[in-house]
Amino acid sequence: MWDFISERGDIIAYNALQHANLVLQAVFVATIVAVGIAVLVDRFQFLDPVANTVSAIGLTIPSFALVGLLLPLTMIGALTAFICVAFYATLPILRNAVVGFAQVDKTLIESARGMGMSDLGVLLRVRLPLAWPVIHAGVRTSVQMSMGIAAIAAYVLGPGLGGYIFTGLTQAGGVNAVNYALVGTVGIVLVALVADLLMLLLGRVTISKGIRA
Amino acid sequence: MTQTEQAPDRQISGAELRLENVVKRYPGQKVAAVDSLSLTIPAGEIVAFVGPSGCGKTTSLKMLNRLIEPTSGTILLDGKDISQESATSLRRKIGYVIQGGSLFPHLTVAANVAVVPKMLGWDKKRITERTDELLDLVGLDPDRYRDRYPRELSGGQQQRVGVARGLAADPPVILMDEPFGAVDPITRQRLQDELISIQRELRKTIVCVTHDIDEAIKLGDRILILQEGARIAQYDTPDAILAAPANDFVADFVGAGSTLKQLSLARVRSLDLRHPTTARVGDDTGPAVRQAEEAGDDAIVVIDSRDRPVAWPWLRQVRHHDTVQSSPRENLVTLDEAATLNDALDTMLTAAHSKVIVTGDRDKYLGVLDFETVTEHMRKTEREAVEHQHELEEQEQEAVSADG
Repeated sequence: MWDFISERGDIIAYNALQHANLVLQAVFVATIVAVGIAVLVDRFQFLDPVANTVSAIGLTIPSFALVGLLLPLTMIGALTAFICVAFYATLPILRNAVVGFAQVDKTLIESARGMGMSDLGVLLRVRLPLAWPVIHAGVRTSVQMSMGIAAIAAYVLGPGLGGYIFTGLTQAGGVNAVNYALVGTVGIVLVALVADLLMLLLGRVTISKGIRA
Repeated sequence: MTQTEQAPDRQISGAELRLENVVKRYPGQKVAAVDSLSLTIPAGEIVAFVGPSGCGKTTSLKMLNRLIEPTSGTILLDGKDISQESATSLRRKIGYVIQGGSLFPHLTVAANVAVVPKMLGWDKKRITERTDELLDLVGLDPDRYRDRYPRELSGGQQQRVGVARGLAADPPVILMDEPFGAVDPITRQRLQDELISIQRELRKTIVCVTHDIDEAIKLGDRILILQEGARIAQYDTPDAILAAPANDFVADFVGAGSTLKQLSLARVRSLDLRHPTTARVGDDTGPAVRQAEEAGDDAIVVIDSRDRPVAWPWLRQVRHHDTVQSSPRENLVTLDEAATLNDALDTMLTAAHSKVIVTGDRDKYLGVLDFETVTEHMRKTEREAVEHQHELEEQEQEAVSADG
């Protein structure tokens, strides 16, 4: 086992970084999309049940199936993996963002408007900062979830540690099968732990001291 | 009105507001929420809007800064139609203070106060200076409070910051919606006192919505009493409304006629204050104690370098130290000279002394009001009221016998 890792140290580290990279980029895009949709949902209340249903149903689609569905459109490679991860990453953030915006005290919004803040100002300086703790919790969940999704997305030759798991599966019974599967799995868990720590730090830095729990 | 007479030297920084046939009709409702309201709010005065809930007072207030757009009619600020200007730039010229202060919990006290100046593009230095000045004005030590978050403040302190925020960009008009509704009675009375004291200095045009007639009587230079549909029941000075209610609705609403109500009209400044021994922070206690003993005082009023009272220790407490000690000013309950006798009695009931310290502008020490003075004043008022009543009855009897 140790030999297996030390022989491939560089490439494993590279893949771990790639894995983290894929997840973080996908979550980043997902956050922007989810917050954008949540703003629309908050503006047009009739969208609220739609958004809820979409995020509920979306999470029931097996990620393997989505990869299959995307293949004819986006071909084998990193793009498909990215889209797949970003799709799932969006869902928990969207749900939290909708709740987060809905929780912002209406009198605060009115008092902001009453002081002459524009709609954009109210969004950026009042609603977003106040909803942020809830949105951030969604992002954190999303990062964790995406670590696993990214492993599945490796099936279409996406970047990351998922490839090791698939290699392990295809070589089942072979000399290094277990090693491959273990390196992939444990590697993803480690990357996920580090990422969670970073998310925690991000929360410390971005959530105002005045509303931190 | 009374304030105009007492402080003619003060510059009015407020602007006149005029409403002409303002109507607000919500879609799907038969009755208009505000039915043709016409009204002039003179520059530099506090006008209190009172009435039962649902009378349209808050709707009327919110039309002044266009949080609610009127269905028809015109509102003029300083002679200019407010609908001609963009809502955001209008609102930056009108302070807005609502119940509980409504501070942004994610911003520090200083950042909350700085919201409007920041939008107006003031430079950093000016904003910092202004913020500190305002915190000081509302009685919060800037060094202690500027970097705190709202949740670290008490309800009364939050409300103070709310007032400071409303004043931040020095707007000519300030709208207040139930500003002191969310705090306990003693704090409310202090906040009202402070508002009156600040207003004496700034002379803004302030429109204040309240459901509390006592608050309206205390704060208002004029009171607007509204009935359903924001129809004006009476619009006059507190004295005039209490002396001559326009109709039964007003009479019931203000509870006019009761002698006790006169307590909320009489101000502390109209009574004689006593001047017990005072000492400055840091003075030697020896001479102060001797002076107090000679004068027969059992306590000493301690004032700071800016003439503000900071403590009121008993003589035995003073003797413990060589120099006169200071203590946090917030812990001392004082009354503004514009406080009503109602407030004075309230304060005395909860205080350790059966007296209360009275302050003027910027919390400057004026003197001490004692219980006897207040009760004496009440007895006098009541005697006068009774005599007045007798006169009226005699006149009536004469009239009756003349008829007979």
